[in-house]
Amino acid sequence: MSERKTPSRTNRTQISRRDFLKVGAAAGGGLFLEFAVPSAGGAKTGVSAGHEFSPNAFIRIDRKGAVTLIMPQVEMGQGIYTSIAMILAEELDVRLETVTLEAAPPNDALYRNPVLGFQVTGGSTSIRAFWMPLRRAGASARAMLVEAAAQDWKVEPAVCSTAAGAVIHATSGRRLPYGSLVDRAAQLKPPANPTLKTLADFRLVGTAARRLDTPEKVTGKALFGIDALPPGVKFATLIASPVLGGRVIRVDDATARAMPGVRQIVVLDDLVAVVADHTWAAKQGLDSLNITWDDGPNANVTTEEILEQLKAASLRTGVVAKSVGDVATALNVANRVEVTYQVPFLAHAPMEPMNCTVHVKPDGCEIWVGNQVLTRTQAIAAEITGLPKDKVIVHNHLIGGGFGRRLEVDGIAKSVRIAQKVDGPVKVTWTREEDIQKALYRPFYFDRFEVALTGAKITAWKHRVVGSSILARWAPPAFVNGVDRDAVEGAVNLPYDVPNFHVEYVRQEPPGIQTQFWRGVGPTHNVFVTESLVDELAHRAGKDPVSFRRDQLGRAPRLLACLDLVASKAGWGQVLPRRVGRGVAIQDVFGTNLATVTEVEVDEQGEVYVKRVVCAVDCGIVVNPDTVVAQIEGGMIFGLTAALHSEITLAKGRIQQSNFNNYRMMRINEAPKIEVHLIRSVEAPGGIGEPGTAAAAPALANALFAATGVRLRKLPVDRKALAAGKSA
Amino acid sequence: MIDLQINGEIKHVDAPDRMPLLWVLRDLLGLTGTKFGCGIAQCGACTVHLNGNAVRSCVLPIGSIGTRAITTIEGVRATPSGASVQQAWLAAEVVQCGYCQSGQIMSASALLTTTPHPTDAEIDAAMAGNICRCGTYVRIRAAIKSAAQLAAMRGTDGDRTDNV
Repeated sequence: MSERKTPSRTNRTQISRRDFLKVGAAAGGGLFLEFAVPSAGGAKTGVSAGHEFSPNAFIRIDRKGAVTLIMPQVEMGQGIYTSIAMILAEELDVRLETVTLEAAPPNDALYRNPVLGFQVTGGSTSIRAFWMPLRRAGASARAMLVEAAAQDWKVEPAVCSTAAGAVIHATSGRRLPYGSLVDRAAQLKPPANPTLKTLADFRLVGTAARRLDTPEKVTGKALFGIDALPPGVKFATLIASPVLGGRVIRVDDATARAMPGVRQIVVLDDLVAVVADHTWAAKQGLDSLNITWDDGPNANVTTEEILEQLKAASLRTGVVAKSVGDVATALNVANRVEVTYQVPFLAHAPMEPMNCTVHVKPDGCEIWVGNQVLTRTQAIAAEITGLPKDKVIVHNHLIGGGFGRRLEVDGIAKSVRIAQKVDGPVKVTWTREEDIQKALYRPFYFDRFEVALTGAKITAWKHRVVGSSILARWAPPAFVNGVDRDAVEGAVNLPYDVPNFHVEYVRQEPPGIQTQFWRGVGPTHNVFVTESLVDELAHRAGKDPVSFRRDQLGRAPRLLACLDLVASKAGWGQVLPRRVGRGVAIQDVFGTNLATVTEVEVDEQGEVYVKRVVCAVDCGIVVNPDTVVAQIEGGMIFGLTAALHSEITLAKGRIQQSNFNNYRMMRINEAPKIEVHLIRSVEAPGGIGEPGTAAAAPALANALFAATGVRLRKLPVDRKALAAGKSA
Repeated sequence: MIDLQINGEIKHVDAPDRMPLLWVLRDLLGLTGTKFGCGIAQCGACTVHLNGNAVRSCVLPIGSIGTRAITTIEGVRATPSGASVQQAWLAAEVVQCGYCQSGQIMSASALLTTTPHPTDAEIDAAMAGNICRCGTYVRIRAAIKSAAQLAAMRGTDGDRTDNV
């Protein structure tokens, strides 16, 4: 067994000192703009020890002209390595096919996400956050190379141009490749305000460039965290307390110790791990243990108890998240609706189960993992081991599905604690059961609405969101005045013209279960509840759901254009067979406007067949249109999976789902046709990883109503209710 | 010691008969292209070929394999339809995170070997055992159809020189 490099297009070499291109402005709108910390700074350019031109933290060019682009965001399938490389290559004027990609090491000063405030990949922010900083980084480096060539030729930089990694002096026909300019360019100061290309000048941005990370993913060569094999590595698997907060009392490990291949049993306060020569021996060993647990205070928690607590909390007055007009007076009309909605806990279940390889030594710690929060990974290992952060080396890997799960460091903490007891490197791999049952979950939300209709217009809207606060735990500075801005995202920015509008948040933490971000975050819940209710109101007003929405979108011309396009492409208004229905949902979240029409058929037993999904999307300037389409397609499948199948429940404090046999995933035979129509735009880029997920459930639920007359106010889809429903 | 024929080479493996092939490949032989997803043959991430048929290596004891030929993602390019499938996968930009795609490609190439021009229903039946959380199903269907055409063209030309 030999040591192998981390993904071979990426280089594990630690970047000792990279110069930071000062980040001017956070791009786009964003969920967390308010708590973005000031950018770290300090610009210093130069040639590093390897005789490279490294004008900023994102670009290195060596004397041979080889261009290395450093990826501040992690690749978990969203195509960000390619999109970031496209932005840099566009402004730098190099051919995309020639660049080498390198994963950034943990370093908040150099690689903080300007929207989220530290080095993190999430919230569909990557392009919004890095669009302008990376354009400036590329343009700055290009300007320095042009200046270097102009000095060499003794001409004005303005008469020089660039193409495909070379500076060109058109009048004399001279040409200098970037590699030949490295030494001279390194002596120059980066320009304060490099000239950016205009949209019309873009040759790469806006094209469906081939992805850079996929060739190795079809040959099995791509290395995910779970594929790390440092020399001498041992293999472990673990079981944590089945009840959150429980403790190990006693472990009978006599059988395990006698098993061939089993090397060590690690017993910690809240978990037990078996270390072995291979993962299968570790698993056999673990299964043979007889562990006595103290379940602790959460021993009797049930989902029913949690729901009752949320319902009770929904009767309390919450903290005001947004209030316009006089909702109390406006609600005092005849056509008033009071309803509640709810959505369940959800697990992420990425295809790559949680894992982490760790080598704890007296003077250092080395970690191999794929994770969305590299600096937090480094910090938690430093905290547990007592080592300084710079003695913790993190080798970031490709991620086999994040969906928010790898925004947490709980698995890294467990692995480091196990590794502290092991001599040499140890790879800790979660079984799928452990991955699903000992996780953090999408919050269970309960929503209470009071709304009023006057004619076919919504005249009052009162929405109370009840649920746990992820931000209060994950990013305390963002939890301001008792409002979790993520929990109300998509609720406070309802796109309709509602004169009297009031949104409250009630924080209610469930016992026995921890919550965290899940693909689509706040909007996945809020777009479902609000767009379902808007659909209810359309039917109550006797209006077509598309025209009901159209008439109240005076403030949202981009969204209106999406709605009109999707209605046209979907053939909205066509007569459909019995028990076939179409539903519409619209949203402006993550800086992206999206309208969706979903078509379903429901059989007499209530089984649902999603036949077709049509989307119209305006996400501003598009970096790679094929990636946008892919993210809408995949996000839609992710959201449909949850809406149709997913629910995490508790009994006796234990998660009742365990693997794909009882936590079902949508499979290819259930997957609908998905059509995505892009609207050309020159607005700032929006996020694209999560809008499709947020759109899935409301368009589905509205289609199910159209097919059956049954309004689903909770998820997942209740097939018994659909079976009993009258036909449309 | 057990002898296994993997991607055309004989490997001597010192492991118990009951040990699933998945962990022999990954932990003992360093062939990490085959992935662990569920351990109970529910997700297909661990799919390999046994004499050309798609099997789930997470539940396949090595003692049951005998002399049958094992092909993994690292060796699929040399199979009748493997290269076509890989090429079609890239052309259609099927792949997102990529973790399940080794298994998807193994299932798809086994399908095309027995069913050179599958219908949608045949694709669904052959591929329903492979879960993709990124939701690449729409493109998998399209890529299998274009791989079928590529393989047919290759068959006509006898041209197997291709770039993946």
